[in-house]
Amino acid sequence: MIPCAVVGVGQTHHKTRRHDVSFGGLVREAVFRALDDAHMTMADIDAIVLGKAPDLFEGVMKPELYLSDALGAVGKPMFRVHTAGSVGGTTGIVAASHIHAGKHRTVLAVAFEKQSEGNAQFALGSGRGASLGAGGAFAPFIRAYIHRSGAPEHIGWKVAVKDRLNALKNPYAHLKIEGITIEQVKNSPMMWDPIRFLESCPSSDGACAVVLTDEAGGNAAAAEGRAPAWILSSSSRSEPPNFPGRDPVRPLACLQCADDVYRQAGITNPREQLDMAELYVPFSWHEAIWLEAHGIADEGDGWKMIDDGSTEIGGSFPINCSGGVLSSNPIGASGLLRFAEAANQVRGVAGDIQVEGARTALAMAYGANSQYFSMWIVADSLQPFA
Amino acid sequence: MATSRDIAVIGWAQTPMVRQTDLTETQMLMRVISDALTPLGLTRADVDFTCLGSCDYITGQAFSFVSNLDAIGAWPPKRDSHVEMDGAWALYEAWLRLHEGDIEIAVVTGSGRSSTGDPALIYPMEMDPFFLAPLGVDPLTFAALQARAVIAAGIADEQSMAEVAIRARGSGDLAVLLASDYVRAPLRRHDLPPITDGAAAMVLATGARARALVARPAYITGFDHRSECHNPSFRRLDDSPSTRIAAAAAGLGERAVEVAELQAAFTHEEMLLRHVLGLGAGVTVNASGGALRANPIMATGLCRVGHAADHIFGGGSRSLAHSTSGPCLQQNLVCILEDRP
Repeated sequence: MIPCAVVGVGQTHHKTRRHDVSFGGLVREAVFRALDDAHMTMADIDAIVLGKAPDLFEGVMKPELYLSDALGAVGKPMFRVHTAGSVGGTTGIVAASHIHAGKHRTVLAVAFEKQSEGNAQFALGSGRGASLGAGGAFAPFIRAYIHRSGAPEHIGWKVAVKDRLNALKNPYAHLKIEGITIEQVKNSPMMWDPIRFLESCPSSDGACAVVLTDEAGGNAAAAEGRAPAWILSSSSRSEPPNFPGRDPVRPLACLQCADDVYRQAGITNPREQLDMAELYVPFSWHEAIWLEAHGIADEGDGWKMIDDGSTEIGGSFPINCSGGVLSSNPIGASGLLRFAEAANQVRGVAGDIQVEGARTALAMAYGANSQYFSMWIVADSLQPFA
Repeated sequence: MATSRDIAVIGWAQTPMVRQTDLTETQMLMRVISDALTPLGLTRADVDFTCLGSCDYITGQAFSFVSNLDAIGAWPPKRDSHVEMDGAWALYEAWLRLHEGDIEIAVVTGSGRSSTGDPALIYPMEMDPFFLAPLGVDPLTFAALQARAVIAAGIADEQSMAEVAIRARGSGDLAVLLASDYVRAPLRRHDLPPITDGAAAMVLATGARARALVARPAYITGFDHRSECHNPSFRRLDDSPSTRIAAAAAGLGERAVEVAELQAAFTHEEMLLRHVLGLGAGVTVNASGGALRANPIMATGLCRVGHAADHIFGGGSRSLAHSTSGPCLQQNLVCILEDRP
């Protein structure tokens, strides 16, 4: 397998409505930032992988066809991935696969969603109405987690505050709630018990782009003083919809996917060997749920890492320094944003949200009814544990 | 290629191709995946990676592919992916994934139930939402524009197009066909594809495993796909440069193919693709009948690869499969199969 490095990252300013740009304008904003970051132009790109969530969200079928001009894909391979909410992560993984396989040298991964063009809640129900929406689907899993772990109710509020405070330091984040407090979250309207309004992700317009290249390309960037993020491992797992015996609080697909990326990367103790993680947390309680399902905390103890401040920037295991999905949620791009933010951390270019000395980071995205998982682990070298 | 890893098609299956099925997409896939695996002595538990190709707009439902996880038997969970493209591109992803070297067997599928919608209403939605979709131009109209360009360039005429239709369907009288009315001039009914429900599944294996499982693996020795600009009015419609680039990158020029399976839903598309690929009279094109006989959208391209693999399984040495997507052949894929790695 040929090593692969992230040498460029770009994202849009995420907002409720980006009426100032078309679909093409939105993706180009992210793409040009990524190319500039990589010191490249579109001419350096050998193939493009585009990911987004259901086409019904915007009402354009297979929009990569229309976007091929905006993405500089004319005369090049243009590939379209769709694996539900995990798609942004899968987009990064499939782009890396183009390089790992030795088929292409430099690949552009792009993911976007322009939620303001449609109504996601409506589309989630395929336009037939009566959609539970994501919050309605996940609330029972959260209640089960609280019941099992005995976590106190303020844990969810705490995550909501932490991620929004992080977002204030991220120039691209959508939600900017100055001075947000636990009281404010606690007093916000109940949406899907126990999820309150301020514990929920927003609907965003936004895009993310990542430039990936091979070992020679990664070394060349490093030689010019632009640190690459080396992909130590990546993996995906899917499991079927609900059936008796499936545990959506600790989905087997998530446990296996995490085991797989840890094994490939040579990680036996993620809490010690990883420096931070960007986890897909669309509702506050998922931070605790995923800390446990990724073996970062023992089963039943994830909430304690939140309670004692371990997951804050400056804590012992920072989670979602970018503000996470709770602060920006262009659905199809949300997964790639996790993968890109993790890469920026180990490149040391995360600015005000940089975890000091971060050398290894985990990124994950998940989708559908907690069924699709994609993860990668990035580091500042190919042998960070040597 | 920077890797010497051999990857081969070792089997495939397709559902009956029908105008309308009572089966759900998941049910079709359940059957066709079993039909592909069983003759190889494999079960779903042997499959290391799955990649499915389907389209929400054709199914008429967001996240339509999620229920298809039941068909791949994703319990315990599987390494899995999905493309909003024809199964031929799912094959491309699986081919890349197998090159990584840690796994041996992959299953890819393409599936679609076109009967549930009206193509004339659905396909305009894949056009540029600002300048083209509002025109509501249906796929027949775009195809007719391209057919005019192909005829004007001398690559086809109405008679040769009718002959393609007769060959593909194995029946029809030339004089009768040419006397029929146009649907969109210069296209007549025989120039158009049928509406088809169907699915296909294909099994891939890495070299040593492939040789242990079947006598004659169909090795994928070249594989590439390319896109063109979207708006057909900005393109030369009597050419298909993306097909030409993909074919060159896949190594078509290295040695002649005996058989070509082209995803040509319209008669003039077959003639244009033949011309662009430089396929001589000695090449057997679309002996399966191609998309003119059965056009299960999202599986049509994967079926082309399957028929091209059948040629290798049956004793042939080199074949080509082609798939396409988008208006007027916007995006094209070429896969070369051979009897040796």
